[in-house]
Amino acid sequence: MATSAPDTVADGKAHGLQALSETVAADTEALADDRAEAVNAKHNRPLYESPPKIHPKQAKGRFRRIKWIVLFVTLGIYYLAPWVRWPRGEGIPDQAILVDFSDRKFYFFFIEIWPQEFYYITGLLILAALGLFLVTSVFGRVWCGYTCPQTVWTDLFVQIERWIEGDRNKRIRLDQARWTLAKLAKRTAKHGLWLLVAVSTGGAWVFYFNDAPQLLGDLFAGTAPTPAYVSMGVLTATTYLLGGHAREQVCTYMCPWPRIQGAMFDENTLLVSYRWDRGEPRGRHKKGDSWEGRGDCIDCNQCVAVCPVGIDIRDGAQMECIQCALCIDACNDVMAKVGRPPNLIAYETINAPERRAQGDYSGIRLLRPRTLLYSALIAVVAGIMVAGLSTRATTDVNVLRDRNPVFVRLADGGIRNGYELKVLNKLHQDRTFEISVAGLPGVRLFNPVTREEGTVALTVPADSVGSVKLYVSLPKGHVTDGTLEDGSAAVDFVIRHDATDTRVVETMPFRGPN
Amino acid sequence: MSTRETDEPTGKETTGHEWDGIKELDTPLPAWWLYTFYACIALSMVFFVLWPSWPIPTADGWTYTKGIVGYSQRQRVEQLTAEARADLEQEMEAMRDLSLAEIRTDKALMPIALKAGEAAFGDNCAGCHGSGAQGFEGFPNLNDDAWIWGGSLEAIHQTIENGIRWDDNPDTRYNVMPSFLSDGILTREQVGQVVQYVRRISDQEHDAAKAEQGAAIYDQQCGFCHGAQGKGMTDLGAPNLTDAIWLYGGDVASLTETVSYSRYGVMPAWEDRLDPLTIKQLAVYVHALGGGEPVATADAGSATTPATDDGGSASGETRGGL
Ligand code: SF4
Ligand code: SF4
Repeated sequence: MATSAPDTVADGKAHGLQALSETVAADTEALADDRAEAVNAKHNRPLYESPPKIHPKQAKGRFRRIKWIVLFVTLGIYYLAPWVRWPRGEGIPDQAILVDFSDRKFYFFFIEIWPQEFYYITGLLILAALGLFLVTSVFGRVWCGYTCPQTVWTDLFVQIERWIEGDRNKRIRLDQARWTLAKLAKRTAKHGLWLLVAVSTGGAWVFYFNDAPQLLGDLFAGTAPTPAYVSMGVLTATTYLLGGHAREQVCTYMCPWPRIQGAMFDENTLLVSYRWDRGEPRGRHKKGDSWEGRGDCIDCNQCVAVCPVGIDIRDGAQMECIQCALCIDACNDVMAKVGRPPNLIAYETINAPERRAQGDYSGIRLLRPRTLLYSALIAVVAGIMVAGLSTRATTDVNVLRDRNPVFVRLADGGIRNGYELKVLNKLHQDRTFEISVAGLPGVRLFNPVTREEGTVALTVPADSVGSVKLYVSLPKGHVTDGTLEDGSAAVDFVIRHDATDTRVVETMPFRGPN
Repeated sequence: MSTRETDEPTGKETTGHEWDGIKELDTPLPAWWLYTFYACIALSMVFFVLWPSWPIPTADGWTYTKGIVGYSQRQRVEQLTAEARADLEQEMEAMRDLSLAEIRTDKALMPIALKAGEAAFGDNCAGCHGSGAQGFEGFPNLNDDAWIWGGSLEAIHQTIENGIRWDDNPDTRYNVMPSFLSDGILTREQVGQVVQYVRRISDQEHDAAKAEQGAAIYDQQCGFCHGAQGKGMTDLGAPNLTDAIWLYGGDVASLTETVSYSRYGVMPAWEDRLDPLTIKQLAVYVHALGGGEPVATADAGSATTPATDDGGSASGETRGGL
């Protein structure tokens, strides 16, 4: 079975690996019994049966520690962020991060985004994607290995499983054991805890959309809005299914990212790699045996046992590998025990063995066309966003011109156009704006409801939109004196609020007869 | 054609189909996908039972399975509209007792009145006056500031209520302009002279000599209704002849037609068809279209141009207001 070369191996390495996997095939079968098998490796993966359950063994070491820290930090942020307060003033939510659907606002600390400014969110998403591209082209799938929610929650679920059912071997035995009260108790406890995590995951999510302290009480009292319960239910179900049951299947089958990022790798990308030039030929090793004429890999398959996606890193770079680096920890443990130098499996660029063979391996190259391009793009997008946010207007004006009728001829021969002004007051205080027009000779402004002339006052409450219907008229003398060019001219609406130093000018077309 | 065989390199079975020498491996669908698919099928059954789903032909048309929840979008819409109506009822009730001027200055009620007026206008008035109230030949433009029967809130309200030359309504606005030619009052030549005079006072191109002759005829025949200076008289429904607004056109041909054979435009009396509140809202809406005349007390300050000779001129007052 293991004799066909894995077809995901990167080019530079394929030739060496093919030769090597053929030579070790015989050994592997002889030793197969008690050793971990790479059940999810492409050439082993069953097509016609449900996939065998993977029981990752506990790894210990540098990368496991890093992963724990990342897990605590990311989960901590996720659960605690909605509880951070950020006072904004009377009557405005004081939640630091809040997606307020009812008022259609997004609050993020000092930033406040209205629906028509959604492009900030777009910019944020573009930045996130470019950042991901950059990191991926330099360090490979660190997103997958450390911070992806699927990885973090799966890690948590596996750890719970481990607490209750024990490590790999115990879990395998429990799986095969007959149903007893003890097994039932363990399974109940495990699924119970999983569900608890799942519910609190869904529970934390809804706090981002409502005032957290208030909602917490409502959730328990049963008076929270229905969407909150529905979202909780959906997220509970998905967390439980994806974290507890689907696990590596999500990464192997459902997620598009493993496929996409192939396009971001090059031979200088750092990937978790098995140094086959040092490890081969592999074989079992007894204490006292000589290391002459053989590789450092003792074929103990510890790297396979810890792998959460059930593959063998020694088959080369594979689409299934989430780059969690746990196999590095496992192998370093083994190397320490047999007294060989660490890092038989390590973060390494794809071209490293080749360059080592030529004797010029000198670490990674950070400055490459693609990293420079991604960095430049990030700088541009970030620059635009910072500029946009720092000059974000606290007043926005939208003007709609009447089209039916396009213009009205007045008794004195003048021409009148109608406009609907919408003024967005994004400050947390009521403001009375002064509206006037300019830019056309003899032009007059008129509010048909209040009958104000020349200057019209519009009071807009804090954080809201005020609208007013206004008429602008051009006296007869200017209708035919060339002010209107092809029946059209431009008129400026000037919206002012001196106390807040606000002055917005909106230029609109003014139409008349041709 | 279709023979399943084992694919040598992979050891997997093929589907047995072959296109141009290309065979397809019989790779099964992923289990999670299949289960999602089954779940969707199961869910669709639930939908079938709970909600309206299946059309059924009967002898007298189509019906459908109602579903045990008894949901109906039509009912839902009706229910929502009824709720919205009930919500509005309070404001509507308040408006019923207010005068037109009071509604106009009420900051809370005015926007509602305008919206309601706009809707009623679209349903009832747009057919003749146009959806933007822009009017057509013979149907006045309600956006402008020229009013034949007056542009105050009350005048507009009265016009809507009682109509114009609407025989069934005793209070309808009524006047008839003589057909000066066909009634034998003026000769064809005299008509031409009056027309030239009207073109002169409305500041259009004209034949000065004819216009001079027309002036005398005008004083005799037309001034009584249209005013000595041609500014019109809203009380009599006589249009201002000096402004830029013409209901039937200000060119020589149209004017000649008007003077010779008169015009007889008709507007229905809406009090028979619309409830008083709707008529109020319509009046407020039309008044706010831009040409409405100032309301005596509230707007006194805005009327800057003094009334002209005949005192009834609509345009004279509002011109200052624009
Ligand atoms: S853990 Fe290290 S020594 Fe053991 S099989 Fe894996 S690579 Fe070889
Ligand atoms: S092969 Fe190594 S790095 Fe890749 S998923 Fe498995 S344990 Fe993690």
